[in-house]
Amino acid sequence: MPVILLIEDDPLVSRGLQLALTRYGNTVRTAGTGEDGLRACHETAPDLVVLDVMLPDLDGFEVCRRLRARGPVPIIMLTARGDDFDVVAGLAAGADDYVTKPVRPAVLDARIKAVLRRGAPREDDTRTHGELEIDAAGAVVRKSGQPVALTPIELRTLLALSAAPGRVFTRQQLLEQVWEHDYLGDSRLVDNCVQRLRAKIEDVPAEPVYVQTVRGFGYRFGPV
Amino acid sequence: MRWPRGLRARLVLAFVVVAVAGAAAAAWAGAASAGASLVAEAERRHTEDLVHRIEALAPDLNLPPDQELLDRVRDSLGDQAQVTYQGRSSGELPLITGELRTAARDRLVFQRVDTEDGPRLLIGTPIMSTGLDLERTPSGIEVYVVRDLSDVARQVDALVGTAALTSAAALPVAVLLALVAARGVLRPVRRVRDTAAALAGGDLSARISTGGADELAELGETVNHMADSVQEVLAEQRRFVADVSHELRTPLTTLTAVVEVLAESADDRQPMARESAELAVAETERLVALVEDLMEVSRFDAGMARLRAEPVEVPDAIRDCLRARGWLDEVRLDLPEHLSATLDRRRLDVIVANLVGNALRHGAPPVRVALREVGNRLEIEVTDHGPGLSPEALAHVFDRFYKADSARPRSPGSGLGLAISLANARLHGGDLVAGNAEGGGARFVLRLPHEEAE
Repeated sequence: MPVILLIEDDPLVSRGLQLALTRYGNTVRTAGTGEDGLRACHETAPDLVVLDVMLPDLDGFEVCRRLRARGPVPIIMLTARGDDFDVVAGLAAGADDYVTKPVRPAVLDARIKAVLRRGAPREDDTRTHGELEIDAAGAVVRKSGQPVALTPIELRTLLALSAAPGRVFTRQQLLEQVWEHDYLGDSRLVDNCVQRLRAKIEDVPAEPVYVQTVRGFGYRFGPV
Repeated sequence: MRWPRGLRARLVLAFVVVAVAGAAAAAWAGAASAGASLVAEAERRHTEDLVHRIEALAPDLNLPPDQELLDRVRDSLGDQAQVTYQGRSSGELPLITGELRTAARDRLVFQRVDTEDGPRLLIGTPIMSTGLDLERTPSGIEVYVVRDLSDVARQVDALVGTAALTSAAALPVAVLLALVAARGVLRPVRRVRDTAAALAGGDLSARISTGGADELAELGETVNHMADSVQEVLAEQRRFVADVSHELRTPLTTLTAVVEVLAESADDRQPMARESAELAVAETERLVALVEDLMEVSRFDAGMARLRAEPVEVPDAIRDCLRARGWLDEVRLDLPEHLSATLDRRRLDVIVANLVGNALRHGAPPVRVALREVGNRLEIEVTDHGPGLSPEALAHVFDRFYKADSARPRSPGSGLGLAISLANARLHGGDLVAGNAEGGGARFVLRLPHEEAE
């Protein structure tokens, strides 16, 4: 039973989402402001944060950045405008996924489960690519022996790519495989996730070795 | 002749009329006064000449004069002369009227007459004699001469000709000046017209570049000011629509979250409660769709809609769109194996869903979706076999909230679908047209620019 922290300033929306998500089998804690949300996150260590962009004190993007700075807790942004600005800023702040208000509970729950999923453990547990050591069974990634903190989405993106080094994956394929989005997924999710991955695992993020861009097609891992 | 309609033609015409009339009036006035002074000068000359000649004769005059003296006097006055004395006469001048003769008994008179041979000057004068008392009295001898004024007339004619030429010469100059002046007036007027047309066409950012401080510049500034106001009012309205839609999202989020809970927990033993909950779910969904479409429309209106183009395998995209809505079995597809284009995947999905949804709702099966490449465009054609669109509906089918048939039950759509589809097509640099297929039924054609995806 995952513990979800819902940071949402409107009490009715907050209560409505809490009721709906609880019916889907989640434990839902709520916070009404950004500050409260940060505090609650620190105290309860939720499995996932659903974060409204429009908050009365700190805006959602700032809260998102601070949460990211503390650790790899999965974050889903709730945007009310559905504007590109919200989406771009939210993903840049480190959100793993976003939904637009009003969101159907079934959709939000599916997104939550996708963002939380750690992937099935695999037999051939550990592979090494250059300085990078990927332990699929233990869901651990080490760079030069040091563990790298990844969100489940980042980890599964890396696992998906590294499962077939040298093979090109389109953004659409990754969206369906990792985010479990339908055919209209937002490819910016993939681009942002790859950027965060590179910042964590590449020596020079601007000149990636592990996760490489194939212009016009998508991404591929290595080969290293 | 009809009065010319263009401002330019009218300006030029008025300008030319004024300029030529002015030039002609000036030239004619000059010619007339010069002519008049030429004539007066000639009259003076002839008169003086006659007086001199008579004065030269005066010492030889003995009264009463005999016929020989009269003849001599006449001879000394050149041809065309007559000398009379109390009924006797030397020479014959039929031009001289009795009136003139009467007037000439005691003073010099002259008269201009036009004859068949040209203008002539008639002069009549008495010869005065000085008595012993130094009193000058008419001697009874009267002298008449006719002098030819043809030379003068020719000179006057030349003057008139020059005047006419001057007036004619003014014409091309006047036309040129008029054209220049008209252009000076018309260019700002055209700018105002073009800007007004752009404003009417929906480009509210169109403004007139004004310079100067004349009435035309003022007109331009007034139009700009008007456009500012209109733009401001419209912007306010759009902000209002966007704000309203945005505000509606919050309660809708709550509603969306809880109506499903309501519907699921409604007991089968309470059919009314169950149906109410199901209605609430359906209507909430409709409200959500409406607000989404309103937001989309406000984004288009505010120019905030952005194209996110990426390579799309169009046949797959069309199939995905229909599959996601469970329409694959209801639609006949006529798609090529492969057709990759650079498009906004989400917007294409919206258009196709709208066209096919409308065909399924308002038309009759079979609904057909065809994809073709036509030159450097791709065409997606959606046809049905229903009654088709009336001419009235064709004119308004892309209007917001247009309902083709008020008698028909309202469709579950927001009424904005086709307006949004058209805007999406245009955002791609394409177009969407409505019409009727040959075999009856509505036919919508989406045309999108097609550049081979890399």
